[in-house]
Amino acid sequence: MFKLWISIKKDIRILLRDKVGISLMFVMPIILVIVVTSIQNSTFQLVNKNKLPIIICNTDTGKAGAQFIESVNKIGMFNVSQIPGEKATTIADAMHDKDALLGIVIPTNFSSQVNNKAKAASDKAMAAFSGQTDSVKAVTKQAANIDPLTLYYNPVLQESLRFSIQGAIRSALQLVQTRETLRTLYYASNEKELPKSLENEMLNSNTTINMLPVSKDGTRTTPNASQHNVPAWTIFAMFFVIMSLGGSVVREKVSGSFIRLKTLPTNYLVGLLSKQMTYLAVTLIQAVVIFSIGIWLFPVIGLPALNLPADLFGLFVVTLVCGWCAVSYAICVGVFANTQEQANGFGAISIVILACIGGLMVPSFAMQGMAKTLTNISPMHWCLQAYYSLFLEGAKLKDVLNNIGSLFIITIIIQFITYLGLKRKNLI
Amino acid sequence: MAVTPSLAISIEQMGFKYPDNTTVSFADLNLQVATGTRFGLFGPNGAGKTTLMNLMTGVLSADEGSIKLLGQETGNQNKEVNRLFGFVPQDFSFYQELSPAENLEFFGAWAGLNKIQIANRTDELLHILGLEDVRDKPVEKFSGGMKRRVNLAIGVIHNPQILFLDEPTVGVDVQTRTAIISYLRTLNDNGTTLIYTSHQLNEAEDLCEQIAMIDEGKIITQGAIGDVLKEHKHESLEELFINLTGKAYRN
Repeated sequence: MFKLWISIKKDIRILLRDKVGISLMFVMPIILVIVVTSIQNSTFQLVNKNKLPIIICNTDTGKAGAQFIESVNKIGMFNVSQIPGEKATTIADAMHDKDALLGIVIPTNFSSQVNNKAKAASDKAMAAFSGQTDSVKAVTKQAANIDPLTLYYNPVLQESLRFSIQGAIRSALQLVQTRETLRTLYYASNEKELPKSLENEMLNSNTTINMLPVSKDGTRTTPNASQHNVPAWTIFAMFFVIMSLGGSVVREKVSGSFIRLKTLPTNYLVGLLSKQMTYLAVTLIQAVVIFSIGIWLFPVIGLPALNLPADLFGLFVVTLVCGWCAVSYAICVGVFANTQEQANGFGAISIVILACIGGLMVPSFAMQGMAKTLTNISPMHWCLQAYYSLFLEGAKLKDVLNNIGSLFIITIIIQFITYLGLKRKNLI
Repeated sequence: MAVTPSLAISIEQMGFKYPDNTTVSFADLNLQVATGTRFGLFGPNGAGKTTLMNLMTGVLSADEGSIKLLGQETGNQNKEVNRLFGFVPQDFSFYQELSPAENLEFFGAWAGLNKIQIANRTDELLHILGLEDVRDKPVEKFSGGMKRRVNLAIGVIHNPQILFLDEPTVGVDVQTRTAIISYLRTLNDNGTTLIYTSHQLNEAEDLCEQIAMIDEGKIITQGAIGDVLKEHKHESLEELFINLTGKAYRN
């Protein structure tokens, strides 16, 4: 025990004097988490809070075009601005000038075509009501199509958002056409205008949709950029201990200290245990520091505050196992690397790769095929899933045992590989 | 009362090959060193001195035969034998980020000393080797000579019965060399067996009682220094060395 304690003291001293290593382990991830959260927060706000700027060029002179613009406005997700009809060919330039992400050109005969279509639908309905099947067929043949609306979009818009936009525009279009059909049909049967109140009653859906987030603990907190990024980049920071620890193992091997350690009556596994305990403490401190920044600093700099999960013990266990995995991986790389450059280079690149396939950079649910399978071999994936369950879904420790178990198995495999490396290199 | 074996080192029919098979190897090597001796091991570069020292200290394991220190078999699996000896490698084998006192604390603990023993030996060694004033300063800022003294202090912190020294005075000034040699004599007077390699043959001639010269993994001569010189009809170790190993460059 005394040997272990002295070894830990030695490792702490060396660590505290490694200013570059400390910077890499603490300062870099802190900068990373602040920058990435800020950027993603802007995107979240663009998508969730800001209205999408849209330019509409109405080349139609009738009522339907204006009604369509009014309907688009009422959707609530667009900030509509209009340009004169004669500028339809230069709408792309207008979008660029006004930083609009979307542009719509309403065709010239839009109103008359909508009217014709409504008339055809009305005639068809009237013929059907009176049982004149031949007339129905004739009217069906006469029904004119409406020239398509053209929707221009900035390519930066994600496909899923484009589909949402398309759906919203289609519903606005549908409203205009349905209103016109109702009016025509009403006039055909009653020879007077459709009352406004009846029109509203028929057009407006009375069925409301309640939107509720689903979480395991029943809370309705909406995830924000902080809830997503802080756990993800904390994991990244923990694995970044490789820059100090991997190098430390290699330095010990190549500096000659190791030769002397081999000639002393103590097993090198004591040294490895000491490094694991020291750096495990470092990973826990990293998590505390980054979570604290999320809780206290983020609101000060205008970012949403991080809300810790209700199950703090679960959070501690996940962080502990993740830290242990990160430390084990760093030691493994250190054991197999022959130089500090190899350890640092391979270590840094492999962490970025593990982060990519682990879902830190691209959500794992968005991955397909082989990439989806690969996520399972990244320890970061299991840790991230556990964190997301705790932070976003209000899960408890028992809910993330599956993730912790997988992480634990990966850690044991890494430790075993390290042991084989030590044996093969005659280090123990 | 425990009886100290008469042989500090006993190597019998030892064979060793590196896995790559391109560097020096030993076959059927025999060597005996009596306890309390100041023993010098010499040879040109690549002769196998460091390899033999690594085999004797258990850093490497012999493929055949046996190596015993004070009657106990060495090898990777026997950590108890490591209490018997100290090793001062040619490289600075310590943590340069730490101070001499911190290095001695760590290596002392790994050598099996307790807190009080470490404290006492640290004070004693830093005083003897002239490092008291810099006991808490990081070693990385030290001169080569000071680092050599730290290297030596760590090797002897647990009062080993056998001390292996691989070129302990390389690259140091005359003052440091004199101090180190003087200290080694004191250790030997107190019963420590010294196993020493160096290319400083004048220094070796002054320090050693018994020598062995090796080349290409074979012992080419050994015995008391006076007897060996007499046998080969040479006045100095340097003459003997050139005569036995030739003038060609070695790698």
